[in-house]
Amino acid sequence: MLEIRNLHVSAANKPILRGINLTIHPGEVHSIMGPNGSGKSTLAQVLAGRESYDVTDGQILFNGQDLLEMAPEDRAREGIFMAFQYPVEIRGVSNMYFLRTALNAVRKHRGDEEVDAMDFLTMVREKMKLLKMDDTLINRAVNEGFSGGEKKRNEIFQMAVLEPKLAILDETDSGLDIDALKIVANGVNAMRETDRSFLVITHYQRLLDYIVPDFVHVLSDGRIVTSGDKTLALELEEKGYSWLEIEPGDQPNV
Amino acid sequence: MATETEQIHELANQEYKYGFYTDVEADEVPAGLNEDVIRLISTKKNEPEFMLEWRLKAYRHWLTLEEPRWANVTFPPIDYQAIVYYSAPKSQSKVKSLDEVDPQILDAYRKLGIPLQEQELLAGVAVDAVFDSVSVATTFQAKLAELGIIFCPFSEAVLKHPDLVKKYLGSVVPVSDNFYACLNSAVFTDGSFCYVPKGVRCPMELSTYFRINAAKTGQFERTLIIADEGAYVSYLEGCTAPMRDENQLHAAVVELVAHDNAQIKYSTIQNWYPGDDEGRGGIYNFVTKRGKCAGVNSKISWTQVETGSAITWKYPSCILLGDNSIGEFYSVALTRKRQQADTGTKMIHIGKNTRSTVVSKGISAGFGQNTYRGLIKILGGAENARNYTQCDSMLIGDKCGAHTFPYIEIKNSTAQMEHEASTSKIGEDQIFYCQQRGISAEDAVSMIVSGFCKEVFKELPMEFAVEAQKLLSISLEGSVG
Repeated sequence: MLEIRNLHVSAANKPILRGINLTIHPGEVHSIMGPNGSGKSTLAQVLAGRESYDVTDGQILFNGQDLLEMAPEDRAREGIFMAFQYPVEIRGVSNMYFLRTALNAVRKHRGDEEVDAMDFLTMVREKMKLLKMDDTLINRAVNEGFSGGEKKRNEIFQMAVLEPKLAILDETDSGLDIDALKIVANGVNAMRETDRSFLVITHYQRLLDYIVPDFVHVLSDGRIVTSGDKTLALELEEKGYSWLEIEPGDQPNV
Repeated sequence: MATETEQIHELANQEYKYGFYTDVEADEVPAGLNEDVIRLISTKKNEPEFMLEWRLKAYRHWLTLEEPRWANVTFPPIDYQAIVYYSAPKSQSKVKSLDEVDPQILDAYRKLGIPLQEQELLAGVAVDAVFDSVSVATTFQAKLAELGIIFCPFSEAVLKHPDLVKKYLGSVVPVSDNFYACLNSAVFTDGSFCYVPKGVRCPMELSTYFRINAAKTGQFERTLIIADEGAYVSYLEGCTAPMRDENQLHAAVVELVAHDNAQIKYSTIQNWYPGDDEGRGGIYNFVTKRGKCAGVNSKISWTQVETGSAITWKYPSCILLGDNSIGEFYSVALTRKRQQADTGTKMIHIGKNTRSTVVSKGISAGFGQNTYRGLIKILGGAENARNYTQCDSMLIGDKCGAHTFPYIEIKNSTAQMEHEASTSKIGEDQIFYCQQRGISAEDAVSMIVSGFCKEVFKELPMEFAVEAQKLLSISLEGSVG
């Protein structure tokens, strides 16, 4: 599904990612962990198409297509979704209108019919329940005046509606209390399917108690320094990140 | 892959699509202004003596005035002797029905999306079309006349309803009001006139489309709307002009009078040519608009969507004379390229329990400079007056500017005033967020701006709200760079 080959990325001439290799197959859940400043969020942003980064080397294939050649909206329409670490507020635009516009853009791209407001509401009701979203949230302006937890839930709700092929969760757990974390994790788990993959970026192991990954990769100083299964996350929880930085071995192929 | 910035840039620089010129033979007076020119205009329009006297009085007063320079805009001195003060399509002199209107002019309006054939019109909208200095067509006049509503070109009103004109002309904006209003009083050539009699609710939207076509001319139209006791009317004006390198002056005056329990809703979609990227050309839109809530419980609402003109200087205002009268001002002003706008309102509270609402949304893109200037004045006798003002600015890009000059004068301690203001920047973050959900950068900018303007758009009649939204998204194409 996703194949990242030797990806080098800089921002303002400063190298941030220095040769990332990562392959994600359909249905897999990969987690990327790492200390602050290791490049986790940069990787998410580059996958989503943020233009403020320069890709200096490497290649990203998404279902065989050259992802780096695609505009951010085309990546989204092809099935890449990113849950933002800091969801953005849009004043005066209702959540419902925003999401329906997004869904219709995606549907149009796939050659499906657009949905009207009534059908849309019927469609999203179930998903709102899943994420314990209050009815009023959908009529309020996008993220405006939402609490931190509401914003993150809203991200996962959008993901549930847009039904992406690859979902990237960028520190979705940050700022969530344990109850909100469980709701978010339930939402994600309900969407796990054989043809849908996840890339879960997190600083803490805590989220991975609820969203159990198939693979865990540790990112340090712009490289994946080690990879393993979910036990690696537990090991990190115990030992911290420092032991990895002292002995940055060759990057394993996954 | 086109970057977000490039896409936004393309959006903002989209060309003005109403910039065509219609080649019709024109009857013009020589450039320049003096008493003979005014007499000539008056003669061409077969005006009664009182009009000529009124014009001459205005002209003589104008000579004593100086151009106001207090607005937050800059422009080179205007040579008032280089302007042509009267231009009319030649074939247009004696038109009795639409069939006789020059097909080229009909075609010009068709290109603007304003069909003048009644059967093609938007249901429920009567249109007066003003081409340069004269009104070329007014639709649905007969149907309105059945209700006693007069809707006609101003020059026709002068001839057919001189008593009404005499009574109300200059009653809200006196001849001596300001430099541009005074100039207009001397040389105005046409415009729309509307009178809605007692107790009549005008069943359709009335609308005037102003078009400047000829080169070097100024457009000086005069609009007068009177809603008699208990009457209601909703009126909309739209404006476009060809693209030219020179600046053209548009100095209009609009007067509204609402008697007891009457209501006037006045909406403007102003899309004069804004000039090119370097600021060459474009219309100077120096307009005086004022409404008088003369009677008790009367209400006047101004809604404006200002996207065009090189410079806009305009403060649609309300004089709240009648007790319990209400004044409203809802505005969206967009400046991009090198456009400058200094716009806002004046709410003058005189009667008891008078209320006013001001909602202003300024959007600046490119090198645009956008100023809100507003005066809320509560006079001594205005017991329990209330005002709510909300003034929001949005910046797109980092080379534009937003400015706010609110003035508040209160002479009565029972007044309640609220003032809210905000400034926000449309961010790449917002655009990227939309794109990541599958929405194009273009649609994202338009969605974000529409959200910002929502409170104003909901005040427009529905068909026009859609038009205004489209116009805004077209105008914004390419705004960030």
